[in-house]
Amino acid sequence: MTALVLRELRLAATGGHALLPLVFFLLVATLFPFAVGPDGPLLARTGGGALWMAALLSALLPVERLVEPDRTSGVLDQLAARGMSDEAVAIAKLAGHWLSFGPPLMLAAIPAAALMKLPRDVFARLELGLLIGTPGLAALTLMVAALTAGLRGTGALAGLLMLPLAVPILIFGAGLIERSGGAGALKLLGAVSLLLVAAAPFVAGTAFRAARD
Amino acid sequence: MTDTPLLRLEKLACFRGGRLLFEGLDLVLQPGGAAIVTGPNGVGKSSLLRVVAGLLRAASGLVERAEAALADERAALDERLTLAQALGFWARLDGATAATGMEAMGIAPLASVPVRMLSTGQRKRAVLARVVASGSPLWLLDEPINGLDTEGAEQLMAAMIAHRASGGAVIAASHQPLALDGAQRLALG
Repeated sequence: MTALVLRELRLAATGGHALLPLVFFLLVATLFPFAVGPDGPLLARTGGGALWMAALLSALLPVERLVEPDRTSGVLDQLAARGMSDEAVAIAKLAGHWLSFGPPLMLAAIPAAALMKLPRDVFARLELGLLIGTPGLAALTLMVAALTAGLRGTGALAGLLMLPLAVPILIFGAGLIERSGGAGALKLLGAVSLLLVAAAPFVAGTAFRAARD
Repeated sequence: MTDTPLLRLEKLACFRGGRLLFEGLDLVLQPGGAAIVTGPNGVGKSSLLRVVAGLLRAASGLVERAEAALADERAALDERLTLAQALGFWARLDGATAATGMEAMGIAPLASVPVRMLSTGQRKRAVLARVVASGSPLWLLDEPINGLDTEGAEQLMAAMIAHRASGGAVIAASHQPLALDGAQRLALG
């Protein structure tokens, strides 16, 4: 299991795969002030929501590399032939993917928040929201990656599948950074994230099995 | 010998893509045993091995087997790693070392070459080396000779003989003649 998690981290680290979502996230954070203008208060008010949008979209980027290469190269089959359950493989993939996605994104949120001129308390709530929300996003990415593995035009289909399902994370994540938001949004964000994380191994595992037939 | 068989298939049937591939298949492999599955393309040789490996569900029947190692046409090696690292990943999962398999299949000199630089035949040798190194008592080989040169085929034969002599069993699907002494023949189709 540990070996599988480490392998996921290695796959993310090589070839700059883990870097891509980060660069995308920072790029959106850089472009947004150009789009709405350098008005400080306006940026501070809308910036948090824009960063959540950026996080959501950057979570979409690893969809094509997460499952499909392992399916076509036979890695999933070799693991299953060793008696490892597909659910266990999915858990390892989820853990490895989150480690290469969540914490780096939280780091990238520091310069991004500066670009958005976010006040300190809003920034703190954004980071808290990302800490709780990114496992859910990672789980969603894994599920969609597993469900679309082997299909053509995965990229577009994955977006259509994933973004609607990510709406609760977006709502409660963005709700959390509003001054009036607070505890309710935090709990609901945690609940949504937990639900996605709990469902992901079973959905992905079933998808791995279905792809063999 | 009263050893428990390494593989026992009973009235096995496989149904795929709306087609019955085979039914009523019986096979028992004792330690040291071997079976060669033959038959024309598309008759279900690979499917049989995948059913035995637990990757496909049998439509009916029973599969009982010891720990098995599968070699099919897909390498399942990480392209960016060197051959030794890529095989080492699987060897660690199997609680073994990759070196024995690489020696047996004559790819030890390639240890530091990245997997993406390997030729078809070298990949095939790597896949077989993983099976040899795994230490599993039961080998499932899908078209093991495909892509191998004469030397590679001889090394594979030697590895299979050594494996059976040490109490292992082999089931191989092949449309090419495979010289395995005392092997059961299972003709599908």
